Amino acid sequence: MNRVVITGMGIYSVLGKNLSEVQDSLMKGRSGIIFDPLRKAIGFRSALTGTLDRPVLKGILDRRMRVGLPVQGEYAYVATMEALKNAFIDEAFLDKINVGILYGNDSSAVPVVESVDILRQKKDTMMIGSGYIFQSMNSTVSMNLSVIFKLKGINFTISGACASASHALGIGYLLIRQGLQDVIICGGAQEINPESTASFDALNAFSIRESEPTKASRPFDRNRDGLVPSGGAATIILESLDSALRRGATIFGEMIGYGFSSNGEHISLPNVDGPARAMEMALKDAGMKPSEIEYINAHATSTPAGDSNEAMSISQVFGESKPLVSSTKSMTGHEMWMGGASEIIYSCLMMNNSFVAPTINLENPDEISARLNHVFSLTYNDLHVFLSNSFGFGGTNSSLIIRKFDG
Amino acid sequence: MMQQQEIIKKINQLLIEEIEIDESQLSPTAELKKDLGIDSLDFVDLFVIIENNFGFKMKSEEMADVKTLQDFYNYIYKRIQTN
Repeated sequence: MNRVVITGMGIYSVLGKNLSEVQDSLMKGRSGIIFDPLRKAIGFRSALTGTLDRPVLKGILDRRMRVGLPVQGEYAYVATMEALKNAFIDEAFLDKINVGILYGNDSSAVPVVESVDILRQKKDTMMIGSGYIFQSMNSTVSMNLSVIFKLKGINFTISGACASASHALGIGYLLIRQGLQDVIICGGAQEINPESTASFDALNAFSIRESEPTKASRPFDRNRDGLVPSGGAATIILESLDSALRRGATIFGEMIGYGFSSNGEHISLPNVDGPARAMEMALKDAGMKPSEIEYINAHATSTPAGDSNEAMSISQVFGESKPLVSSTKSMTGHEMWMGGASEIIYSCLMMNNSFVAPTINLENPDEISARLNHVFSLTYNDLHVFLSNSFGFGGTNSSLIIRKFDG
Repeated sequence: MMQQQEIIKKINQLLIEEIEIDESQLSPTAELKKDLGIDSLDFVDLFVIIENNFGFKMKSEEMADVKTLQDFYNYIYKRIQTN
């Protein structure tokens, strides 16, 4: 069995457009949430959202590469460029080694809406043009990036709702561990636009604390009233330890555990047992006792039911060992398809820079959440191992365990 | 009706701005596929661009004999005249 390490990381998030900016935001407890008047004007219940500038890629990518790339693909391109750069992977390496891509993505709403709008208006499919088909498929990110970077290895998208990116990393880890690939570009992308979140807003799941956008996402707090949709992209280069050592690559962490489960119950309501089984499976895979986990980056999205159930799951699995717990979604909002990868990056930044980012806005934990060992403010702590949870609609659960590389 | 020189200028401008072909490549004898790199997907976009700018729909069967940029100018000019 190969050991699997992280040799590259890149991020384009509401907390910053690269690792350095994101680390600064995590340490300062900065929120990336705004009130978007457009959403209110078109009938959203909640106009709160993460916010991000669209990357300008004209002059960087040729027209054919840009035409099929939706906005979340643009975010993913920028994040992947940063990850490849700090992994010291260049075109010559990509030409020589079969590098794969497994990306998490579960929607591409705008191109679907726009292309059908054109058809309705022009009544001729030939007026849709060549780009929308490649922009509108769920596999748009892996499809486009594999062409842009001329990849020759495994190539597909994983759609597992808000656990998509975490499962992408988990599957990438298993493939490398089995010796089927040496290097895989893993990650997750999430579009930010009203079209992709309108039907989610209809479920009354979003916070309506519109008077205080930066205080709206408040996981585990007794006054939380819902999540805030957000997005961006995060790329992680997973590599076999042998390959990383051979190249002299920087190692940001070692992936040692992946656990997964399905709740088998309600389509949207999370439960306690499913996440607990995913965490237990990840611990077993890592060969670790619960007491060895020092920090949990919780899924906690700031919904009343979800956070309480996760708190119960964590209490059930970790008992009295009480690892530190925080939810970076308090700052980012819910990065959905991207979150499983971005939260590994946020946690690796913490582990490699000896701090733990807090759950901002957590003032008074509810009765169940109070059982956890919350990080209320920036804490300096030498983390060696952490677990990251991601859960999604349909009751899909993923837990990943990463430890500091110790040779 | 647009004059031939106006049409050529307009087509060149669209190829430069919309298809992002370098101006220096736009010689009348240049072959659309071989020299200008216009592939089957670019032709799908050209269909939209021509309809939006000249008000008619290109027909693929009529494009069979269009090899060079000059052929393309002639085709567009002819279609404008017959429309």
